[in-house]
Formats: sequence, structure tokens, C-alpha cells
Amino acid sequence: MADTIDTNAVTSDETAAAVIHPGALKEEGRGEPVVHIDRLSIALPDGADRPYAVDRVSFKLFPGEMLCVVGESGSGKSMSANALMGLLPDTVRVAQGRILLGATDLITMPADALYAIRGRRVAMIFQEPMSALNPLMKVSAQIEEVFEAHGLLTPKERRQKALSLLTEVGLPDPPRAADSYPFQLSGGQRQRVMIAMALALEPEVLIADEPTTALDVTTQAQILKLIARLQKERNMAVMFITHDFGVVAEIADYVTVMQLGRIVEQGTAEEVLFSPQHPYTKKLIAAIPRPGEGLARVDAREPLLAVEKLSKIYRMGGGLFSKAREVHAVKDVSFTLGRGETLGIVGESGSGKSSVGRCLVRLQDPESGRVLLGGQDMAHLKGEELRAMRRRMQMIFQDPYSSLNPREKVGRIIASGPIAYGENEKKALARAAELMEMVGLDPKGTNRFPHEFSGGQRQRIGIARALALEPEIIIADEAVSALDVSIQAQVLELLGQLKKDLNLSVVFITHDLRVAAKICDRVMVMQKGEVVELGTGSEIFDTPRHPYTKSLIEAIPGRAKEALMTA
Amino acid sequence: MKDFWKRFSQNRGAVVGLVILLLVVVLSIVAPFIYTKSPWAMVQRPFIPPFTMDAFVLGTDPMGRDLAAGLAHGARVSLLVGLVSTVVSLLIGIPIGAIAGYFGGWVDDLLMRFTEFFQSVPSFALAVVLVAIFQPSIYSIVISIAVVSWPPVARLLRGEVMSLRSREFVEAAVLSGQTHSTIIWRQILPNTLSPIIVLASMMVAAAILIESSLSFLGLGDRNIMSWGYIIGAGRTVIRQAWWVSFFPGLAILLTVLALNLVGEGLNDALNPRLARKGR
Repeated sequence: MADTIDTNAVTSDETAAAVIHPGALKEEGRGEPVVHIDRLSIALPDGADRPYAVDRVSFKLFPGEMLCVVGESGSGKSMSANALMGLLPDTVRVAQGRILLGATDLITMPADALYAIRGRRVAMIFQEPMSALNPLMKVSAQIEEVFEAHGLLTPKERRQKALSLLTEVGLPDPPRAADSYPFQLSGGQRQRVMIAMALALEPEVLIADEPTTALDVTTQAQILKLIARLQKERNMAVMFITHDFGVVAEIADYVTVMQLGRIVEQGTAEEVLFSPQHPYTKKLIAAIPRPGEGLARVDAREPLLAVEKLSKIYRMGGGLFSKAREVHAVKDVSFTLGRGETLGIVGESGSGKSSVGRCLVRLQDPESGRVLLGGQDMAHLKGEELRAMRRRMQMIFQDPYSSLNPREKVGRIIASGPIAYGENEKKALARAAELMEMVGLDPKGTNRFPHEFSGGQRQRIGIARALALEPEIIIADEAVSALDVSIQAQVLELLGQLKKDLNLSVVFITHDLRVAAKICDRVMVMQKGEVVELGTGSEIFDTPRHPYTKSLIEAIPGRAKEALMTA
Repeated sequence: MKDFWKRFSQNRGAVVGLVILLLVVVLSIVAPFIYTKSPWAMVQRPFIPPFTMDAFVLGTDPMGRDLAAGLAHGARVSLLVGLVSTVVSLLIGIPIGAIAGYFGGWVDDLLMRFTEFFQSVPSFALAVVLVAIFQPSIYSIVISIAVVSWPPVARLLRGEVMSLRSREFVEAAVLSGQTHSTIIWRQILPNTLSPIIVLASMMVAAAILIESSLSFLGLGDRNIMSWGYIIGAGRTVIRQAWWVSFFPGLAILLTVLALNLVGEGLNDALNPRLARKGR
């Protein structure tokens, strides 16, 4: 967790004093606080990068209010929530402070007594509903289990209660959903089931730990609405943990910004969003990608890359007696890419956007269609010819953790491409050091292993590796999705700069319309394997024509308030 | 490396195992210097019980040979057979598993059917047959142990390689124009090292057991004193002279146990996330 902090993200604002807005202190008319966290400190084991995961953090949760806790990875926001649930890992311990639920202190409470509170008075929903649900149990059984664990109701009543909860969280056809296994539901539906489970015992406090991060933007909008509605109806106190200021703008009543385990700013949503005082908050808000900055210049000359009627079909199962199931991941996709142009491919999961990228570089073989690069059809090359063409098109991957070989030194990782094409090893390693400098890393780092770098730094290494072969086209598949906003902004800036310096063409695959609109000359929106709209960044964002594009844009959280935030 | 030792030493059993193993290794190295005479030499009257004569601490066997000398010399044979046969079976299993896992498709089918062919015959019975065909000698014993024990290596490697094959860093290597052999050697195999080391330590233990069993059945090398042979020779007189079978048996037990403990410890130290909670 802590190792993902980019060192260059920690600047002088660490020293700035915490800002507490007056709205945070005002308590009249808010009722009695349900939860009062009072100067809580959680100590990390020796040898960690800082002594406290959470350092003297205080805040209160009031009934019917939504407190958003914002921060980047490693800021201690999840750790505070886990402390409230009594779910701290064994390696850390509470050093000081109190967590008051009503009048009882949860920290001094024996472990057995916590069972009665967890789920009943305090409930939690998690980021990844697939791993939080038991894959081998039907949905209704999992909800009924909540009552069973607390010894409530008869089996028949439990079943009825489960059905009414599933109805309440807006699942279509609740009886069918109740008899489904988690894998039969979509990501959004699973998250609704998680919410139903959390609500089962009518808790006073709901903790939501990044509940929408793993979801598509349209699904995210629905889940946010659902949480906000349930909170008002049940008068719950909600602690909503997120890294996304868009989400904050959408739903928060109160905001707490955390950095490196400390609270740096606290106040009402209005105060924090519209007049942020602390430099860190300002930086986070400024890092939200905004559209319209991309240059809408389309190269009229001969396109560098022309894709014609590209199709990809996945076949699953099928045997002697059954027909294989076919999924059209990519259907007749055609587009061109000019020299020096950035083309964004935007879509939700399952839209086929990644398959397009993988077919372009032939990590997958397309079913039909042509990929013309300088007059040669990449889609049908084989063996040595394919290998020779490949160096002209390189890829930057999504996950900075699995895209670098953990057992190879960084210099060798960057240099291995040129070496494979017959470059002298010494020269290639020297070039690797230069590339390290080019992407803003210390060239001495070539002798280190990938695990010694943070997420953002690793992504820079991935970029250096792609550049080592001096390609004409870079394909970035969700290259910044796994990074924190401020680091995301830095990496995007680097990509933009390199693109200009080296006259690269970029295919930028992302699910985030804001990121695409910010850096792309043209944006292509995909849905279910087909292109639904293709236009310049501002065309797509300001005057979308296709209803699907419109729904994507409307679903972006906090859009209404964002204009005010930058003003 | 420092981290590795720290984690390894947290497992108390593994440290005990390592100490026992080192003692056995030292014993096998110094054996020719302490017991300069051949272990086959008859040095005293037969059936001397242990701890009765200072010169023959562990007593003598039915032929009047020094049991302690036999044990010390046998240690070298057992360890050598265990190590060499494990290395040979890794040399067979790793390429087969890696190629099957990396290329998949019909190559995988072919190699895995071949592997299953060996797995479908009980391994010890196959080893007995092989040794009987080739004439018992130290070489035929090592080869037949290797031949019966490589299939698990190939299976393990295949699984590991298949899961690594789809990792992004391997895809990146494909895109950067590296050849299949470079990708297997430089990208994939280094990442399979820890499970191989763990498996190998367990395989040495199994090989020692197979060698002892073969010698016990009289299929050992006639010129080499091994633990299994001593037990086999003592089995007819077990009621008069229990010690003849007991001490070599104890030696086998301790060595195999030590190797398994070390294997466990290696597993914990090399895969820290599986061993400990948290993080």
C-alpha cells in the first residue's frame, strides 16, 4: 500500500498546516454524532516508510450525513475505516485515540463484543464485489446468512427479508437475482447485492470503501444515486472513501482530505470543493482531468495507420455435441491514425476497446480485416516479417506491477528490445540509461529491480521500454487507470511531451472519457464491439450525437459542480 | 538475500532440518578420513551390541563389519544418489514442462500424454524394472530414479509457465521482438525458480527413499555400502541384532525429515505472502 506513493508527489505541502473549515466544526442542527473518532493513531511496524499509518485523525459521523474521506493510495483512508470495523491487519496496532460508537469505545472493547456490533450497527461495502461475495453461495443465502449470524428471524422470514432488500436496492427481477450465483450477475448488480447485505440489519453507520472504483462510469452513477437515496431514507451516517473528487462533488455533505496518514483539510463539500485552502487539496482538484485541452488538428496527409473492417470473435466451450459460444468482441472497426495524432478509444468494460489494441499489435490474431502500417498488412504477417514490423508499434500496459519482470533489472528490461533486434548489449544498456532520464527517472536506477520503484515510476519505466525500440506508434492500454490522480496527471503530461518531441502517434485506450478528451485529438467511442461515434475531443464531449456517448458523459460524477470548482 | 535468511530462520523446524542436513553432509565428507578402512572389511566378531565397545560405538553386523563405518560411508552414497538423480530429473522435467506450458495446443497435448504415460505406471515398480534391466549399478540406479520422478516437475512447470505466459511483462517481451527461447529463458524461467527449489528439496528426500528401498530389495550396487543395503542385510537377524537395521533406518528417517523441513522453510521464505498473514 505505502509503496505506491510517488516520491515526487510528496512535496513541500507536507509541511503546510491542516485546514479546518468552520463548517466542519459547526454541530448545531446535526443531531448527536453516531461515531466520534478522536485523535486516532495507528502505528505501522518498524521499518515502514513512516511511523504511523494514521496519525492523530479526528472526525465525527452524524446521522443522515455523507462524509467523504479523500486521499491517494497510502494516505491511510482505508486504514481508518478498517479500525472502525475492527478489521486491522495483525501487523499494525492502535497507538492512541478513541473510536466512540455512541458512548462505547470500540478500541478497548473485547473482540467477542465486536461481533455484535459489526454488521448490526456498523456495516461495510467493499471495492471489489466479486471477491467480497462467496462465489459458491446463492445471493439469497448470503443475505440470509447475515440474519442467521446474529440469530434473528425464522428461515422463512429471512428469505422474505432478503427479497425485499433486493427490491429496495433496485435489482431487476429480485426473485431471479436471489437464486443466482454471484458470477451470474454483472459488476453493478453484485455491488447492489453487497449493499443489500450491508443494509440487512439496518445499521446506523455505513462504511463504503471505494465502492464504485471497479465499476463502469454509467454503473457508478447508478450506484452513487442508490447509496445517496438509501442514506436519506434510512437516516444513516455514511463514511464514503474515495480517491475521485468527481465522486465527492456528486454526493458529499462533508469532506475530509487525508495525506500520508494525516488530515490536511476538513469542511463541508462546498467549502472544500470551491475554496480549497491546503496545497495538497488544491493539487488534487487541479489534477482532475478536464476536456477540451486536446488539439483538434487532424492530419490531412496520408495516414500512418489505417484499420479496415477489423473483427475479432472469441469462441468459448464447445465440444463434440455442443456448439461453441461466440462473442463478437470487435465488429467491423475501421479508423485511421495520422502521424503525430493521438486517437482515444473509449468504452466501458466489454466494449472491445482493449481487443482492438491487442489485435493491432498482434497479441491476438484478428478474425478478419486489415491493419495497414506503411502499406503493409500487419494483420496477416507471420514469423520474421511480423517480428520486423512489430518494433514500429509498441504498447504501454495497464498494470505497472505485472508489466515488468520482477527478476530482471530495470536497465535490462528497457534494453531487451533493442538487444533482441541485434543491438550491442553495452550500447543498448547505455541507451536505457538515457531513456530513464528522458522519462524523468534517475539513470542510476537501471541497476535496480522493479519492486524498488513506486507505481508511477514503474509506469515511466514501461514508457521507456516502449520508446527503446523507437516506434512510430504507441498503444497505451489503460496506461494511467491504475494510478492516483496526481500521478496520473504527471504521467499524462510526460506522454504528451514525449509525443511532441518524438512526433509519435498514440492510440490511447481508456474507460475515462475525461482523460481521453483531455489529451486526444480525436476520440472513438465503442460499445459492444462497434464504433458508435468518432470525432474530435471537443465534438464528442460538448456536442455528442450518439445516445450512448451522451449517457457516458452524463454519468461522469460531479460534472455539474466541476465547472464551478475550476472557476 | 538477508530478507530470505530472516524469513527462513523464522521457521524453527526448517532451521533444525538444515542443521541435521549439514551434519549428514559433514559426516559424508569426513567418513573416509575417520573410517579409513573399507566399510566392507570384517573387523571384529559379529553381533557386538552398540555402546559396548569404544572402538565400535554402534556395534557390528552379522559379518563382523563396523556398523558406524557403514553408516558414515553410506551417507555419501545416499546424498549423492539423491542429488544427482534430482538434477537429472529436473533436466528432463523442466524443458518438457516449459515447452508444453509455453506453446500450448498440440505441443502441450503431445508432451502431456507422454508425461501421463510415465505417471500411469507405479513409479517404484518402474524403477525396480529399470534397474533389473540395466543391471544394478550406481549409474542405473540414478537414471531409473530420475526417469520415474520427473513427471511432477513437468506438471508443475507447465502450470507455472501457463500462468506467467499471460502476464503483461511476457506480452511486452513478445512485442519487443524477443524470440521464444529468449522469452522462456530470460522472462519466464527465472520466475519459476522458487517453486522448483522447493520441489527439488522434497525430491532429494524421495530419491533417497527410493534408493534405500532398491538396496533393501538387493537391487543396489554391489560395490557400494548404502543405508538401504545395511537394513536389507540386517532384516534376517532383526530379533537377535535389532541395531543393524535400526541405526541406518534412523539415519534415513532423519535425513528425509530434514530435507522435508528445509523444503517447507524454503517454501515459506520464497513465498512470503503465502506464509504470513497481513499486508
